[in-house]
Amino acid sequence: MEHFAVWVAAFLTLGIVSFLYKDNPWYKLSEAIFVGISAGYWFVVLFWDNIYGKFWNGIFPEELIDSAGNVVTREPDYWLLVGAVLGTLMLLRLIPKIGWISRWPLAFIIGCTSGLYLINYFSSNMMRQVEATIMPLVGHWVLDPATSQNAFSAFSGADIFSNLVLVIGTFTGLVYFYFSKEHRGAFGGTAKVGIFFIMITFGASFGYTVMSRMSLLIGRADFLLFDWLGLVR
Amino acid sequence: MRREIPLAITGIVGVVFVVQYFIPHFPFSRMNDWFSDWFSIVQACAIWLGALNLLKISAQKIAARKSDWIYSIVIVACFFLIVIIGFIEGESFRGQGTAFSWLYDYVYTPLSATMFAILAFFVASASYRAFRARNFEATLLLGAAFFVMLGRVPVGDMLTAFLPDGYRLSALASWVMNFPQAAGQRAIMIGIALGIVSTSLRIILGIERSHLGGE
Repeated sequence: MEHFAVWVAAFLTLGIVSFLYKDNPWYKLSEAIFVGISAGYWFVVLFWDNIYGKFWNGIFPEELIDSAGNVVTREPDYWLLVGAVLGTLMLLRLIPKIGWISRWPLAFIIGCTSGLYLINYFSSNMMRQVEATIMPLVGHWVLDPATSQNAFSAFSGADIFSNLVLVIGTFTGLVYFYFSKEHRGAFGGTAKVGIFFIMITFGASFGYTVMSRMSLLIGRADFLLFDWLGLVR
Repeated sequence: MRREIPLAITGIVGVVFVVQYFIPHFPFSRMNDWFSDWFSIVQACAIWLGALNLLKISAQKIAARKSDWIYSIVIVACFFLIVIIGFIEGESFRGQGTAFSWLYDYVYTPLSATMFAILAFFVASASYRAFRARNFEATLLLGAAFFVMLGRVPVGDMLTAFLPDGYRLSALASWVMNFPQAAGQRAIMIGIALGIVSTSLRIILGIERSHLGGE
């Protein structure tokens, strides 16, 4: 069975890779299998995790046995029925005549996401980033255990340079994104420096993405050469 | 009715999520729990909707004998195969040795990994065409990508083996990632966060209504 499984995986891997030559029936077959299996996979996973695990077990809770051996009965949570109603309304989108009702659960999803994102992005992507950028540049005060007094500890030249790059890069990058004022004069010059940092960011992110794809490719090549063909030991 | 109710739902739910962050006590904490549970259930139904829509489109394609309709049969067959196996195997469908996990390990994983892996070729070909050092900005982009890529593989350090330990390409790539890259990334993240906060506020207050569609 293991041998058959490796052959199936190799057949599908080569089917996808064959697209590099051109679109062909082997690739289309592998692609169709991928689409069907992925859709079915998430269908099953969400049924057991969310519908059964959350909804069914919430409405019809099973009795649990605690560490002392006592049977613990949980109360059913009938509020979950509201979620089930919203979920059912979502499926009405498949019926064009009454499909507009699916806007209600959609509105619920949008409301939840907006509320969550408003808070999360404000705290993590904004306040924390600003906080991390307001940093000591040339040194910091540390408690000297010998004298029990604060002493100034200067950073090395390389650290000071790196910290300056971080602070100046963030500030100038933000200036570049400020479009309510025309980018001319000193403001335009600052924005120009911001573009340099943003270009480095894009280049580095690109390089990082390429390397992650390369590592996946190496993984597949390793599978074909080692697991399937047994050429590399 | 078609617009007012969705707007009210969005506004109430959004406000509750914001308020419960500042007042994590009853009744907001309880409402937050309800909404989170409902969100999970609706999310599952949304994925189901997508899967059922895929089946509907595939069935229409098969019925009309459109081009490549034979592959739609494969889609439907594979969908039902994994769904039936998943339901028969019950709650422990992810367990070791189950047919579901076999399909995941030997069909889903190789396919998804290879799909992403072949992107390396397309990215390489696109970068060959796009990466030209036409001006200073483009040169910075090219240089940063070059150093990060070369610094992440052993050959990068081999080429700079004559340099002291902290000055080799891997160290340079790490410095680029940790400082100039992080600085630009921070500026972008702060900009995105401001955009998301303002868009979320517009949605919660009912100013932004494009998600409700026409009519």
